[in-house]
Order: sequence, then C-alpha cells, then structure tokens
Amino acid sequence: MADLRSNFLGIKSPNPFWLASAPPTDRETNVVRAFKAGWGGVVWKTLGDGDPIVNVSGPRYGAIHSSDRRLIGLNNVELITDRPLELNLQEIKKVKREWSDRAVVVSLMVPCEEKNWADILKRVEETECDGVELNFGCPHGMSERGMGAAVGQVPEYIEMVTRWCKKHTRMPVIVKLTPNITDIRFPARAANNGGADAVSLINTITSIMTVDLDQMSPWPVIDGQGTHGGYCGPAVKPIALNMVSQIGRDPETRNLPISAIGGVTTWKDAADYIAMGAGNVQVCTAAMTYGFKIVEEMISGLSNFMDEKGYQTIDDFRGLALPKFAEWQHLNLNYVVKASIDQDLCISCGRCHQVCEDTSHQAITNMVDGKRKFEVKDEECVGCNLCAIVCPIQDCITMVHQTKGTDPRTGFAYDRPYANWTTHPNNPGAHSAK
Amino acid sequence: MGSIRADGIQSGRLAHADYEANFSDIHAPLSKHEAFVESERCYFCHDAPCQTACPTSIDIPLFIREISTGNDIGAAKTILNANIMGGMCARVCPTETLCEEACVREHAEGKPVKIGLLQRHATDALMASGKQPFKRAPSTGKKIAVIGGGPAGLACAHKLAELGNAVTVFESKDKLGGLNEYGIAAYKSTHDFAQREVDFILSLGGIEVKTKHALGCNLDIASLRKEFDAVFVGVGLSGVNKLGLEGEANLEGVVDAVKYIAELRQAKDLSALPVGRNVVVIGGGMTAIDAAVQSKKLGAENVTVVYRRGQSEMKASAYEQEIAQTNGVTIKTFAQPAALVSENGKVSAVRFDETTISAGRLTPTGGHYTLPADMVLTAIGQLFVPDGLGGADALALEAGRIKVDAERRTSVKGIWAGGDCIAGGQDLTVAAVEDGKQAGLSIHHALNR
Repeated sequence: MADLRSNFLGIKSPNPFWLASAPPTDRETNVVRAFKAGWGGVVWKTLGDGDPIVNVSGPRYGAIHSSDRRLIGLNNVELITDRPLELNLQEIKKVKREWSDRAVVVSLMVPCEEKNWADILKRVEETECDGVELNFGCPHGMSERGMGAAVGQVPEYIEMVTRWCKKHTRMPVIVKLTPNITDIRFPARAANNGGADAVSLINTITSIMTVDLDQMSPWPVIDGQGTHGGYCGPAVKPIALNMVSQIGRDPETRNLPISAIGGVTTWKDAADYIAMGAGNVQVCTAAMTYGFKIVEEMISGLSNFMDEKGYQTIDDFRGLALPKFAEWQHLNLNYVVKASIDQDLCISCGRCHQVCEDTSHQAITNMVDGKRKFEVKDEECVGCNLCAIVCPIQDCITMVHQTKGTDPRTGFAYDRPYANWTTHPNNPGAHSAK
Repeated sequence: MGSIRADGIQSGRLAHADYEANFSDIHAPLSKHEAFVESERCYFCHDAPCQTACPTSIDIPLFIREISTGNDIGAAKTILNANIMGGMCARVCPTETLCEEACVREHAEGKPVKIGLLQRHATDALMASGKQPFKRAPSTGKKIAVIGGGPAGLACAHKLAELGNAVTVFESKDKLGGLNEYGIAAYKSTHDFAQREVDFILSLGGIEVKTKHALGCNLDIASLRKEFDAVFVGVGLSGVNKLGLEGEANLEGVVDAVKYIAELRQAKDLSALPVGRNVVVIGGGMTAIDAAVQSKKLGAENVTVVYRRGQSEMKASAYEQEIAQTNGVTIKTFAQPAALVSENGKVSAVRFDETTISAGRLTPTGGHYTLPADMVLTAIGQLFVPDGLGGADALALEAGRIKVDAERRTSVKGIWAGGDCIAGGQDLTVAAVEDGKQAGLSIHHALNR
C-alpha cells in the first residue's frame, strides 16, 4: 500500500488533500465534518480584522453545467468570513487541538499596513495552527478595498507584505496567488523574494458567468444587477496546471514549494499537479459539488495509481513530469504521427471527416468504393489529433507514431533523427546563429 | 434454432453451436467505454438509497465514482470489502428489486444506473489482474469450523481468515460454492465463474477445505465444538417440497427442478442432457423460472410455468418473468396441479384446477385444464433439513429454520448460523454473504475480546 502521508513545509497531514480556504472551511462544524470524512487538512476561510464584512443575501454562486447538469465551472461572489474574528480564532484553536494529526492553516487578509498584519499574526499564532496563507487573490469585493487581488496584482506589494509576515511570525507563510495577472512568474518571484515558505495557486479567475436575457442583467442576478465573481472548478484546471508548471520551471522559484489549487475533482487531477511539482493540493469545488465524501475517491485513486506504478510516497513521483515540459522550439519536428481509425469500433458518425474536411486538412474520407466509410489519407494527415478528440468512441481513433518508410505527405523518411526549430533551415534565427 | 421435434425426454435436441449460443452470458459485460459512460450517470447521492437497498451495504456511489476515474481496482476493493462475492452478486442479484430499484434515476426517468453491470466491470477487472486486495491480520490462534461451503460459509470463512483466524470449511459435495456452483442458471455464471471466485476467496490463505464431509454422515457437531473454538452452520436447504400427487415419486419424467439445474450446471456436454418436448414447470420462484428458461434453451418445444396465484405474487421478479417470456416460456397463473397423468409409467400430462383469490384466500373455481407434459419440473420451495444438528444441543428453530439473533448467533453458545438455513433467510446469494460476514465479525469479536 502506498504511503499517502504528506509533509508540506513541515506541516504533516495523513494525505495531500487539503480543503482550500473557501465556504467549506468557514466554521468548526464544517471543518470537523471534513476531518471525519478523511480530509488531510484545511486552510481556514480567510480572516480579516475590524468589524466583520457583510455578504449579499444571495444568490452567491453561479455555474456552468454540461447538458446532463454536471458542474463544469463555478463562480462566487462570497467575501472573506463574515463571522467575528474572536469566534473563528476560538474554533481554530479547538479544532487543531482535537485533530492534531490534520493540517490547519489559516488564511488571512487585512489592509496593507504592517501593524494590521503584525497584530493578526500574533492572535493567529495563539491558536497553535500550522501556518498561515496570505490571501492576495480574492477578485471581488475585497480587491476594491485595496486587499486580495489588488495586492496580488502588484508584485512589490506582495513582496512587502510577505516580508512583514515573515518578520512577525515563526509560522510557515504561504502566499496565495491570483491568476488575474499577465505572467504568474512575477508575483511568484515577489513572494519568494519576500521570504515566503511556499506559494499556493490559483485563486479564482475574474468572470461573468452569463447574462439573463430576460432581465438583461449579468447572472446570477441580485435585485436586477449582477457582478463579476471568482471562477473555479474543473474548467480552470488547465490554466492553473500551466501556472504551477511555470513557477516550477522558473530558475528563480524552482525550489519554492507549491500548494496547487484549481479544479481538483478526482485523484487524477491531484496526480497531475504533483507530477508537475506541487507538494500537495487544495480542493473546494469538488467538495461543494459532491460533499466531503468525495475525498474517499481521491485517496483510493491516488493510492491505487501509486501502487500500480510502484511509487511508495508522494515524493517518489513529485515533479517527474516537469522536466518533460519543453518550450515549443525544442519539440521534435521529425516526430510523425498519423491518425488511425479502428474500423471495428467505428460507428460511422462521420464527425472526424466533417471537422477534418471543414477545419483541418481534408485527410479523412467519407466514401470508399461507393460506401460510407471513414479512412485516414496518410498523404494529407498532419497528425493534429482533432479527429481523435471529436470521435465519440474511446480508442477508436488513435495517433500512431510512424517509424518505418516515407511520409507520403512530405516525402521525408519517418525515421529522421531529432531536430527542432532552433536548427531548422526555415528559421531565420537559425541562419543568423551560423 | 432448429430443434428436434420428438416427443419424450431426449438429449441432443439442438446443434452444438446452438447450445453454446443459448448458454452464453445473458448480459454481456460492459466495454470500458460503456462503463465510463454509465458510471458518469451516477449522482453520488447523499445516504444513497442504492446502498441502503443492498443487503451487504456496498458503498455503491463510491465504487461507481472510482470506475469513472479509471480506478477499477479501487472500485473492486470497495465492493469486496462489503461483499466478498461481489463478482457473483453482480451476476445473480435481482438488482431490479434491490439497488437498481432504489436508484434515484429509476424514480426520475425509469432508467436506473446499471449498478449490477458496473459492479461486474470492476470485479472482473480485479479478477483479471490476479491481485489479492486483502491482507491477513496476524494470527489470533483461534480455530473455527465452517459447515457448508456455500456463499454464507465462504463469506464467513473469508472474514475470519482476514482477521487472522484459522478456518476449516466442511463441504458435503465435491466442490465449494453451494448454489453458486449447483443452483444458479448457467447463463448467469459462465466460464466457470463460481469456481474462479471460490479460488479467489481461498487465495487469501488461512482457509482449509474438506469436501465430502456432511453433517449426519461423517461429521458431527458435538466433536466439532470440542475441536474448534467456534462453529458456523451454513448448510442451506437440502430438502424440497412435494406436490403431494400420486405418481410423483415413481413416474418417469417427474423431476425435482433443483436437482435438474444442478445436473445441468455440472454437465460437461449440454447436448448429452435430456429434456422433454413438452415441459411443465410448477412453481413461481427463481428456481421455476431458471428451470423453465434452461429447458427452453436445451431445446424443449413447449415450456409452461404454472403458478397457483397471480403474476404479482410470484417470487421471481417481473424482470425475471420477462426474461422467461422473451425466451418463449409461457407463464400461466391461477392454477394448481390436481393430478399427474401417465402412460406406461411415464408422465404424459398434468391436470390443473383453476384457482382464484376469494376473500383473500386461494379458492378453486371449479374449472380444469390439462397440459400435455413429457417432463414435469417441480419447484415449489425448498426445505431446511436439520440432519446432524439434533441431540442434546439441538439448535432452536423458527418457522422450520435455525433461529438466530442479529449477530447470527444460534440458541447454542459457540454456534453461529447463516444463509438459507436460518429463519428469515431471503434465499438470495447476497443475503447469505451478509449473514456470513456478520457471523464472521461476531465470532471474531467473541473469541478475541
């Protein structure tokens, strides 16, 4: 049996699945239910100082569904905790004491003054929680008040606040990054320069879900109006996965631990992030869609995957996919694949032909010997993968690596050695390098 | 199928290829793609009604979710943790009256998630992988005798062995498996699945098997109690109810359906198995339906199931009845057998009295009819025969079967019981597995306090 125990910045948890700072971690009741269900840790919903903020009385969430009502993306306009600071602190202390084997990290957001941060850190430290996460990501409500994403979008502010926090606490400091920027490496570097122990990403993406065309208002509609909210869920994962890998590959931040967030719905999503270098993952939307029990699938699936592959611990495969990331100009231009259609599996829907004909390279027939039949024309196929993607039947169309003979499309032998754009004769840069 | 239309009981009514086609898997397994699509239909319900409806409480939403994420092995572990015969139950459970009836999609759209087929998909994957998902706990030094190697006995043995106890299973027949091996319709358990499952269960270790050991013959419960720390009785039902008609015992062609099915399951060559041209099956349960469908599949020309009450009172589910009907079996209701008609010592017809329900009671209407029959299969219920359980320590019975409490403890200290032989038994594989599991846990806790 694989060992799923996680040690992130010295914070130990029985598995790498933490609940992200969000509605599911707003109070003791929810967090205790989560721990009973098996979650490895939580990042307590963001605490602020001063009088508690006020939330709208609904609706707070909007979603994009597939036609069978599976939730693809979720958006919310909830703010940080609307409960008194003192109450949250008492509950955090109690929960950590009763669940000492689980990770309890506390998310924080206060105005950009050193005193505000120093004060709240002191109070949070008294709860004996495992660490703090600085919320520089919330894209709505708080950012207009100069907090959340308003800080996360200015690297200098990130560095400054991180530095204050490291100065005023002995606890590990995780900086949560907003994806609402041009290049994630700049805020990550700023956090690193400020002394952050880790970064977590992504926070939600600024979004408007849809428009209610009867009320002519952004949806969800609150008394005739709507606003932008934070987008999350399965739809955002590819964006977050890229950002995680960017930080993992950046020479300045490659040793900075990452807690990955964004659309983790199954064990596979978690494995993807860990393979791309993340130390653990945080989850919210999956729990809000299916309930806390969903962690059982994540634990079982990750454990089974590790057993199958012979990985004993999370660290055994962490970051293994990262070196396989190559910039486009380093991809092998002599590697050739051709689509192949399994005629036994083909149900003759013709979608592959339709999309190839209309939008690609006219490389799939619709008729052979006067009969409806879909076959790949190797002399036209560029191996783009579109047909395989639109095919409704799993494994019916596969992309087959060509190794013997000559490509009828280009006239080149299939077995030419590795060569990339940097040395290609058509690359003016390659010529000038000579 | 071109069958030989000759009267009387004879073998080889069909061509060889027909036998193969007729006795192939009744429900083909799902392909990988089908399993993915089907698994995505599950809503992962709270306090899932399907799980509540399952006698073994399999965490159905979790295992389906595991299938949907490509984790078939994890799904199988989830299933087998609750039900070690999850593979067989996936094939034989009347899911239409258990998990799939409870599925919220059944209520919503009349199309439940195909839980049984998904369960088969996962358990087949594990069996094919050859993996052993269980690990035995350190030895407790305790020895338990399990009498009867059917679903209840094997489930009990597996649970006890897993918990570190040493188990000896005593089985009266040549093979383990009980009704899984001798009673289930052949097209529900193809490719020797029952024995493959038995092998899988035994591969855990810690289970010794002694076949051809029967209570009342070469086994007595008193000595077992001395030799072992605990005894589990899972002997099933060895007797059958009689029609009570003249000629039942000696007329050629009048056959006990349970025996006939067992013969069919053990037959190496189905074409050598004789079957009548006009078969009449008497009864309304699963045995009657299985016997009828299999006779039809062996080449009988006319197969009629006759039941004394209405279709809704039949123990066989509406779904099973439909399988019989689509296989060409005629189901006649509200008639009970009055006499066996014979010629030269062979049965030739059955005379029935028509019945009706009057003031809640089954009453003859005065009407009669006669069905020609060269073969009559009787399937009007099985009986518990308490052989070898008597003596000073006789187990208390209730409604003719062994009385047990919630933990499957009998009236005698140190003896547990489960499966079809206990009172309240549901005559279902899945219920027997649950009995065995609960008894195993109870025995373990009693012996290892």
